[in-house]
Amino acid sequence: MAVDASLAGRTFPPTPAYDVTERSVSDFAAATGTPYSPGDPAPATFPIVVAFAAMQSLMKDPNVGIQLHNVVHGQQKFVHERPVAVGDRLTATLTVSGLRQIAGTDIITTSSAITDDSGALVCTAEATLVHKAGA
Amino acid sequence: MPELTPTTYAVTREALVAYAEASGDPNPIHQDPEVARSVGLPDVIAHGMFTLALAARYVDEQLGEPGRIAELGAKFTKPVVVPESGTEVEIEGTWRDERTIALRVTCAGESVLGNPVAVLRA
Repeated sequence: MAVDASLAGRTFPPTPAYDVTERSVSDFAAATGTPYSPGDPAPATFPIVVAFAAMQSLMKDPNVGIQLHNVVHGQQKFVHERPVAVGDRLTATLTVSGLRQIAGTDIITTSSAITDDSGALVCTAEATLVHKAGA
Repeated sequence: MPELTPTTYAVTREALVAYAEASGDPNPIHQDPEVARSVGLPDVIAHGMFTLALAARYVDEQLGEPGRIAELGAKFTKPVVVPESGTEVEIEGTWRDERTIALRVTCAGESVLGNPVAVLRA
């Protein structure tokens, strides 16, 4: 079943605040062998941790109609206002920026605004999710 | 602008497990060969975001400092298949202008990311 066409333009509630710790950044860097020393900015793709939580709430919303095992991550882009740093308290607010339905496949484009505890934009994470709607 | 040197990175199953924990993406197709095969994949595949993180690592290493990337994006065009013995990803960057690095990311000679580009802070 295809997702609900009214999904386009919908903004989801902000994710719970995520505290960026030395441990979370160093573990993320270590998993890909990225050079990291305490005090360094977080790797450029680190905000996926927060953006992914926002995508999960979209994908698990029973009113949206996504079957999780049918979703493929098609595209990802990060636009940083500043690097993420240890001590940041981040929240992601996801908006479905576009929805195209082609031959049984939903192409869902999302934009997650990642803000710090002052409300300032830190990073915009744009993701394209490809959902094979199946029979 | 520093010269950019093509670099080869080993990708292991252990790294994917570590990445799954660190990123919060527990999808078993990145860890369990049986689950991967059950959905039609030849074997475990790397998270697309793992490969994009390698691209960010490459830029950090080539520039010799972290935190320079203002924008980074790509399409996930082909999965990086990671057998028990592991695999390798090759990354090569080219300066497009003084702030933009166009990347080529390949596994076994085939491109795995579409239009991977890093834009640096001014």
